[in-house]
Amino acid sequence: MVEIQHTIKDELGLHARPAAHLVKKASEFQSAVQIGTPAKMVDAKRIMGVMGLSLKTGDTFTMTFDGPDEELAAEGLKAFLAENL
Amino acid sequence: MTTHQGKGICPGIAFGTVYLLQKADTAIQQTPGGTPDQEWTRFLAAKAKADGQLKQLFEKTAAELGEEQAMIIDVQRLMLEDGDFNDAVQQMIQTEQVSAPYAVSQAGKQFSDFFAALDDPYMRARATDVSDLSQRLTDILLGRRHSHAFTGPTVVVAEDLTPSETLQMDRAHIAAFVIRLGSSNSHTAILAQTMGIPCVIQTDIPLDPAIDGREIIVDGTGGLCYLEPDQIVREKMAQWRQEARLRQESLDGLRGLPTATKSGQTVRLFANIGGTQDIQSVLEHDAEGVGLFRSEFSYLGRSDYPTEAELFAVYRRVAEAMGGRQVIIRTLDMGADKKVDYFDLDQEENPALGLRGIRICIDRPEIFRTQLRAIYRASAFGNIAIMFPMITSLWEVIHCKEQAAAIRRELTAEGLPIRDVALGIMIETPAAVMVADALAKEVDFFSVGTNDLTQYTLAIDRQNHKLDRFYDPHHPAVLAMLQIVADSARDNGIWAGICGELAADPAVTATLLNMGFDELSVAPASVLEMRKRIRDMD
Repeated sequence: MVEIQHTIKDELGLHARPAAHLVKKASEFQSAVQIGTPAKMVDAKRIMGVMGLSLKTGDTFTMTFDGPDEELAAEGLKAFLAENL
Repeated sequence: MTTHQGKGICPGIAFGTVYLLQKADTAIQQTPGGTPDQEWTRFLAAKAKADGQLKQLFEKTAAELGEEQAMIIDVQRLMLEDGDFNDAVQQMIQTEQVSAPYAVSQAGKQFSDFFAALDDPYMRARATDVSDLSQRLTDILLGRRHSHAFTGPTVVVAEDLTPSETLQMDRAHIAAFVIRLGSSNSHTAILAQTMGIPCVIQTDIPLDPAIDGREIIVDGTGGLCYLEPDQIVREKMAQWRQEARLRQESLDGLRGLPTATKSGQTVRLFANIGGTQDIQSVLEHDAEGVGLFRSEFSYLGRSDYPTEAELFAVYRRVAEAMGGRQVIIRTLDMGADKKVDYFDLDQEENPALGLRGIRICIDRPEIFRTQLRAIYRASAFGNIAIMFPMITSLWEVIHCKEQAAAIRRELTAEGLPIRDVALGIMIETPAAVMVADALAKEVDFFSVGTNDLTQYTLAIDRQNHKLDRFYDPHHPAVLAMLQIVADSARDNGIWAGICGELAADPAVTATLLNMGFDELSVAPASVLEMRKRIRDMD
């Protein structure tokens, strides 16, 4: 399993549009992808749950990757987050 | 062919098919029509169809408004595919053995309640996206047409329309409105004027499901509707429509020309808008500014307050699109006929005389604060002015100015750029007219809302269409009030405009100019016709 962390810089937080992009990105990989905080982790391929985390600017969250392409997925999401969120 | 007479309140001829607006709350059968597997198959088919509709809508929105705006449609497509949502529907169909539409509406409710319960106001507002999606699915399952997915010119036929109902419609395809109730001052009438499409009210058209999808021609000038028109009517109407088009084309030459009478008296010709969707029309018709931005539209048709960031984005877009032209934002004018649940306003015996307009903003400073911050932040991106609605007393004006000044200081302290923002008030109560001289000393401009001023002067409820014969917008009492307003403005060196319906009324254009009004704000579609009228005057 691979784990990454990210702190949200976007002023609007993880709102609908970046959440949609994130879900699409996560869905590109075979591995199981989870997102959230220690209190609550959800499936990053499911938009309702991701939006329901209601993450705001300045919040730090964790993403975990588990599966055959976990390294690749973590790399991909890391680059995505750096650029978009 | 059947002919239905009503009252035409927006001129023009429209050809289209009927969309009969039925209230969405018609009961959904809980008992399944087939086995759980058959219901699940029905759901999957509906899902595929909904996805096709959303895909089309996404492409259309992306082409018209850009990819970023269209992402909100994409979010709905992802919700449609969402594992949690699908699991919930499947579980209900399989274990509780309910019908597919019932399972969808229950799952939709469950998820929209989940969003509605979140702390973040932005996420709370996403509850609307979920209900919208589940409505689309149930409409498909029940064979109802979804009002988001019109194809071709559509004539909306209804008992009456609420602002949120019209806001959720696919406006690009609406060719006309035909309603059984309504008054010429109602929200639908104003919307039809802004969109520049025909509108007929108080018709005897039957609200029979059988008329849905039938061909109809609407003559907004004569107030007539022809259901399944015969060849003679069709040809006559096509000819009228052609003539109207030619008339419109002859007005196109007036773009870019000054609005001035032959003797050189100029007047600023502005347009009224409800949101970013009207900007294109404002620019197309060459309005010289926005004289009334009905900001309450950003608060309607949703389930929670808009955030400062959302409002800021809207105001900034309007300000930028208008370039250096002035944009007068009227602060939230909620109450009376415009209500939404989340404001939690009391049921009032007499809403027109109740908690509305500036009274809500004074009563609930946090709502006012959010809006003022958004407006001032947007001021850096164009030429923005603010006006306060429903003023009756001097202290209210002073209070509003203090609030505005506090926001200015706050934003400056935060290091955010702001520009000078002219502050004005709406004159729409007889009280404001009578103290106009004192009010003029406090503000930069007046704008008369003639619809409300007439309602309050003549003691006539705008919403009661049975009183239409007593409602006289040219009543000498109203005209005398307008003269007082123009005089008070001139005596105090400020400008005065009119943004009510009277501003576009050809019968009084000369009178208003003679009174000394400096600005007229009308529906975008009326701008060029007004310019022609004024240029033809001596």
